[in-house]
Amino acid sequence: MGQVFAYLVHRDGVLDDAAMELINAAKAISGDAATAIVTGSGIDAVATAAAAIFPNVIKVDNAALAYPNAEVVRKALANVIPAGSIVLFAHNTFSMDCAPGLSIKLGASFVSDIVGIDGVEGSALKVIRQEFGGEVSTHVNVDIAGGAVVAVRPGTFTADESKSAGGTVTDKSADAGDLSANRKFIEIVEPEAGDVDITKADVLISIGRGIEDEENIELAMNLKEAMGNAAEVSCSRPIVDAKWLEPARQVGTSGCTVKPKVYMACGISGSFQHLGGIKGGLIIAINKNPNAPIFQAASVGIVANIIEFLPALTEKIEEM
Amino acid sequence: MEILVCVKRVPDSAENEIEMNSEGNDIERDDLVYSVNEWDNYAVEEAIQIVDKVGGTVTVVTVGDEDCDEILRREMAMGAEKGLLLNDDAFAGSDCKGIATILKGAVQKGNYDLVLTGAQADEGAGAVGGMLAAMLDLPYASLVNKIELGEGKLTIGREIEGGNREMNEITLPCVLSIQTGINEPRYVGIRGIRKVSGVEIPELSAADMGIDAASVGEAGAGVKKVDYFVPEKGEGAEMLEGSTDEIIAKLIEILKANGGL
Ligand SMILES: Cc1cc2nc3c(=O)[nH]c(=O)nc-3n(C[C@H](O)[C@H](O)[C@H](O)COP(=O)(O)OP(=O)(O)OC[C@H]3O[C@@H](n4cnc5c(N)ncnc54)[C@H](O)[C@@H]3O)c2cc1C
Ligand SMILES: Nc1ncnc2c1ncn2[C@@H]1O[C@H](COP(=O)(O)O)[C@@H](O)[C@H]1O
Repeated sequence: MGQVFAYLVHRDGVLDDAAMELINAAKAISGDAATAIVTGSGIDAVATAAAAIFPNVIKVDNAALAYPNAEVVRKALANVIPAGSIVLFAHNTFSMDCAPGLSIKLGASFVSDIVGIDGVEGSALKVIRQEFGGEVSTHVNVDIAGGAVVAVRPGTFTADESKSAGGTVTDKSADAGDLSANRKFIEIVEPEAGDVDITKADVLISIGRGIEDEENIELAMNLKEAMGNAAEVSCSRPIVDAKWLEPARQVGTSGCTVKPKVYMACGISGSFQHLGGIKGGLIIAINKNPNAPIFQAASVGIVANIIEFLPALTEKIEEM
Repeated sequence: MEILVCVKRVPDSAENEIEMNSEGNDIERDDLVYSVNEWDNYAVEEAIQIVDKVGGTVTVVTVGDEDCDEILRREMAMGAEKGLLLNDDAFAGSDCKGIATILKGAVQKGNYDLVLTGAQADEGAGAVGGMLAAMLDLPYASLVNKIELGEGKLTIGREIEGGNREMNEITLPCVLSIQTGINEPRYVGIRGIRKVSGVEIPELSAADMGIDAASVGEAGAGVKKVDYFVPEKGEGAEMLEGSTDEIIAKLIEILKANGGL
């Protein structure tokens, strides 16, 4: 088996939490820590922080890498990483941008969004993935004879918090090669502030695709009225994509991060991108499918049709 | 602008409850309802809107068998002028790299300025677009949720975490993977589908595209699904049971106890 590397994303000089979990993903593969790779411009502090966790850190420092433009990072990685290696990423919007193409350039296998590692058998890395939004899982064998690029779902492994590695940093900036690219980063545009701020609400009545129709949004609004000032209506992404509610109400990795006292997930299946936005509080799930993955994340579950259940609940609360 | 949009036929998760088969190694496939991968409808809509502005043709392509005729026609009813089916026994069992290899063959048979894929499909891989771009040595951006046309280039927005948008400039030709929400895919009625029912959809085989059969399909797959299983469930939620009135009474108590009411 080739050497194991972990690519560490960092923003504003801080290493990404999920990247810290890759050390334990590497141990599940080879028994050893991975060699970490950080790229960027003026990244000594980040490389030193990585060396507190990983025994070996490679840094690639170049002005062209100042913003993690996936096309440029991919070029650098393809030059720095030897063929046959196993390269770990945290599965996120950066890995989706960089990792599939890198696997082609390295001549390696590619597998994304894995939620478990069962070790190595011969030239097969045995991993677990999910399909259908987590309703079923699959065992997958990845041929690592020519190496592999593996994107690991955040939260699958724990991070190493001990900071006791005392690692060494090796400068491979000279190996990065030609970093010109046909894709140029311009800027980050932040979302416009909405009229609502769901992050301040004590109770979120959160609706998903199970609300079925735009006119049924009213059922959630009525419940919010009945529950009073502390409640607000939020939603999953398909509701925003359909333009039934404004983007400021979306909970999840590409929306808001919320920490209410009570989160009522109504007709939401419980994808990891949605759950990634819920950082605390009692989760109450209402879903007509008793096997919906949301029931694994929730503390309280109700199997019901929300089109009938929400008005019934509203009525009872109004009577109180 | 000549645009190729890659589309995939997938089980429609809104229409199906996914269950395991009796052997417990696969999902029950007999009664599955299939449709077009959600992301691909956004990609086709975007392509049509671009061609409406600057002229050109939209071609929709899929790797699959005769059953895919239906989904190609659905996308053609949206407004894609041409369909293309990549069909060969040798393609069965392809992993993402195999699919990208096959699509590369189709791209090279045409003269496209822009190739669009969905950001991900039913298996949540999000792999084919980036692989295809790397194989073709074309610039790539994933999770695109905004496209502005320029001279020989595009200004694109990529969705990143927290609702932020990463703006990039990218030269044509290029490959983009499209994220949901970029537009509102138009509705397709039965009449629209009937209108395109006579259009011929050409088929290409491995030989037609000069693809080595050993590099695709089961034979070329480095990533192999062994089986499906239902993961052992943790404790999960405390399920409230009883009549609706009883459930609501319990729920109200829970809401009160946790600061919800
Ligand atoms: C890069 C990326 C970022 C993403 N970011 C986010 C994000 O920030 N937030 C987000 O939410 N998603 C995000 N997604 C999308 C995510 O993967 C899921 O597709 C989405 O969360 C699913 O939303 P849902 O649960 O409402 O719909 P579905 O998965 O379709 O689930 C609908 C649920 O409703 C139930 N249901 C149907 N009808 C009824 C009824 N009448 N009564 C009760 N239950 C019913 C069904 O059983 C099902 O469980 C992202 C995806 C990508 C690729
Ligand atoms: N069999 C296929 N035929 C055509 N395009 C495909 C196929 N499989 C995947 N794609 C394209 O690749 C995108 C991402 O799929 P995936 O990488 O499988 O998650 C899809 O949205 C399609 O655009």
